[in-house]
Amino acid sequence: MHVLNRLAYGPSPASLAEVQKMGVEAWVLSQLHPDSVDDQRVEAKLAHFRSLQMTTAERLNTYEPEGKLAKERGLDPQDPETRAKLLEMLPLSALPRQMGLELVAAKLIRATESRRQLQEVLLDFWFNHFNVAAQKGAVRWMLASYEQEALRPHLFGSFRALLGAVAHDPAMLFYLDNWTSTREGFDMAALRPAGAPLPKKLAAVGKLGLNENYARELLELHTLGVDGGYTQADVREVARCFTGWGIEKPRQVGTFAFHPRAHDPGEKHVLGRTIPAGGGMEDGEHILDLLAAHPATAHFLARKLAQKFIADEPPPALVERLAQTYLASHGDLTAVYLALFQSPEFWSDQAFNGKTKTPLEFAVSAVRALGGITYGDAPLIKALDGMGEPLYRAQPPTGWPEVAAPWVNAGALVTRINFALALTAGRIPGTEVSLPPGVHASSPGAELDALARAVLHQQLSETTRATLLRAVGHGENDVMPDGETRPMDPAMVAGLLLGSPEFQRQ
Amino acid sequence: MSAHPLDRRFFLKSTGLALLGLGFAPGFLRRAVAQETNGRRTLVLVFLRGGADGLSLVPPVGDAAYYAARPTLALPRPGADGGALKLDATFGLHPALSSLLPSWQDGSLAVVHAAGLHGATRSHFDAQDFCETGTPGLKTTQDGWLNRTLQQLPEPSAGAFRAVALQGTLPRSLQGAAQAVAVEGLNSFHISGKGGLDSFEALYAGAVDQAMRSTGQEAFEALRAAASAELSQSPPQNGAVYGKTPLARRLQDTARLVRAGVGLEVVATEMGGWDTHVGEGGSTGQLANRLRELGDALAAFAKDLGPRLANVTVVVMTEFGRTVRENGNRGTDHGTASAMLALGGGVHGGRVYGNWRGLDGPGLFENRDLAITIDVRSVLSEALRATLRPPDLAAVFPDFSGARVGLFG
Repeated sequence: MHVLNRLAYGPSPASLAEVQKMGVEAWVLSQLHPDSVDDQRVEAKLAHFRSLQMTTAERLNTYEPEGKLAKERGLDPQDPETRAKLLEMLPLSALPRQMGLELVAAKLIRATESRRQLQEVLLDFWFNHFNVAAQKGAVRWMLASYEQEALRPHLFGSFRALLGAVAHDPAMLFYLDNWTSTREGFDMAALRPAGAPLPKKLAAVGKLGLNENYARELLELHTLGVDGGYTQADVREVARCFTGWGIEKPRQVGTFAFHPRAHDPGEKHVLGRTIPAGGGMEDGEHILDLLAAHPATAHFLARKLAQKFIADEPPPALVERLAQTYLASHGDLTAVYLALFQSPEFWSDQAFNGKTKTPLEFAVSAVRALGGITYGDAPLIKALDGMGEPLYRAQPPTGWPEVAAPWVNAGALVTRINFALALTAGRIPGTEVSLPPGVHASSPGAELDALARAVLHQQLSETTRATLLRAVGHGENDVMPDGETRPMDPAMVAGLLLGSPEFQRQ
Repeated sequence: MSAHPLDRRFFLKSTGLALLGLGFAPGFLRRAVAQETNGRRTLVLVFLRGGADGLSLVPPVGDAAYYAARPTLALPRPGADGGALKLDATFGLHPALSSLLPSWQDGSLAVVHAAGLHGATRSHFDAQDFCETGTPGLKTTQDGWLNRTLQQLPEPSAGAFRAVALQGTLPRSLQGAAQAVAVEGLNSFHISGKGGLDSFEALYAGAVDQAMRSTGQEAFEALRAAASAELSQSPPQNGAVYGKTPLARRLQDTARLVRAGVGLEVVATEMGGWDTHVGEGGSTGQLANRLRELGDALAAFAKDLGPRLANVTVVVMTEFGRTVRENGNRGTDHGTASAMLALGGGVHGGRVYGNWRGLDGPGLFENRDLAITIDVRSVLSEALRATLRPPDLAAVFPDFSGARVGLFG
């Protein structure tokens, strides 16, 4: 149970059987080596998502911005009605929105059905760590490649490799504005051959300069942490190192490009180190080396991982041990995961059911609990939006909160309860669950126990059990004179169980 | 703290008033609520997340250094095409906020300029945290300043909607021991299906996890109150028309709660999109669009409430301002002081409060940001004194004794 609550999106009947058959230890090891786990069925299910097979350039070519499509058809892009009108003229599959729908659908399908569950959990964790948001400019065209090429291949490797892949990725360069950051006073006009006219757009830009956004979040959110001992001066110097790290035609090509002439060639001083003048693109690589090997980074990442997999306030001793593992292994992420999963803290009573599910974890675990499948259609996506976690759209660079407090509130609870009722009543089209069959048991209590086992995969607390028995108790026509009683309605019981306080925890 | 909610539940249930809701409550109960609130006003806090550029919100059009620092972003002087709306000799209002001009003219809107938190940071998240915990520099503070205020006040008997966050999650300012609910919108706030409410209410009453139990209790009380008063159906008054933006919806729901007389004391809500590093724009453009959303929503709210606005005070704030000089991308980077707005009851408006020291020399912090001349907590303290009247402000903002601003008289 516990490993499936933490290393997976909750237990499903199939995954429970798998863990029982393999043994917990072997299952965990197999999850740490996802290539050893066959996942053909899910991959085949994703094959028809066209936009996910394309390169960023192909996506930019295929899905033209709505504003442009509107203008071409004589519509006012600012008019709120334009979207609806465009949909009447064009199939959804031609609009950029299609990319977002396919991306979210694929994520939901993988989270629900992939046998490489830990990989999906970690992908979500690291995406959130290195968050980018679809609503910022050209990012939506870059997201699929960001996830598949920058993040997914590096989930089990060295942190330095992951950090580097993210730093080079156009999605991050765009989201945190580094592609626009240049040495102070850099003049676009100087790039043109003498006498060549400057395109209007570039002329309007005029002189460029330093943008600190990426440098700041690199230090605060990606590596050292806000208490990692850096200063405002360090932020500026790091920003200088990354000048010129840009994007080749972000709206047409969208690949990494280093622009040597936009780079600040001078000497820099970061965290007490000197980066000699003339390093060019290597300046940025130096910084990434420095940050990935820094003890503050080790502690920051150790705490975040412990918070994700153990408790909102993880034991400091464990965090310290994980940080040491990180440093001793030169940032080998699998070594840190292994230390985490083998720690006594991971297996402690406090850790069991000790965390509150995020909306994504709640929704997916509900579908899995009932052995369900999903096509990732709009109703499930909308449900997540309503619960406060619209996927790929976390605007701030911190991503979604990992701890319970922001998610536990009256409004969110009501939305979760309504989701549980809708799911078990079959009112989430495109997501199918199989309800446990009604059972004829010797008593209502035994009947309820059987249903609860099939849904929650664990015992009910005494209070919950008593409450449920009252809630689904028999009315006047439910017991015949000969003593035969109407079986409980499995949909109703399942709805109550998935909406119960127990099921909000993991 | 712990005994109160149970008493209240018992009271509501045993009198059957839970089904009536306070919107239609008998006179004696309404009077009781009025007495308990003791003439307190409702405080509405709008947080602009991302670091709103105070120098564009309320541009110092009378300061030549403003035009020197912002060759492409500065708002033209009042009277010019796309120019700022004149407030006084030094300041103008961004033209996209034009719908707020009537409130300025009738004295219900005030501006505080160069407000910020000393010793804060240029990190969005730290700065927001410090604004919301009310303890700059101190990260260990668990509860928010609004919640600490509520902890000091006697709890009214109908408290389900006493403190409401009109947004998906409870902001730091409202987190803490006192009860507060977060609701994305009133129209989706109900449980589908018959009998569901009772069953789930019982389930959550027995939850092992304390947070689940108390949140459940808050949720079910609020659900009953909302359903019985048909809150989500209540139309705007006085010919107010709200736009289709998230902030407009949230303020419309706020007005509904105010009108329903459900004992509303605090509303916290937010609006994003202020982190204008690139292409900030001037009279039109990115920031202007956000400001129009903000101004139109606030203006509709004021109109909707009409005379009731006298009992409601809105404070608009952000985590920090932006650099005085524009950056290389026609945007601005994270800075220090920004502007705040106060609208509604008790506000001595039609004035820009502050101690303007110009945009060169002493007016600059670290030679790049607008320096702080007024501590955000001074403004918040005065707003609290004018609305909720917590007996011990020193416990709301520990270790703080800022100068008086006087914008509430």
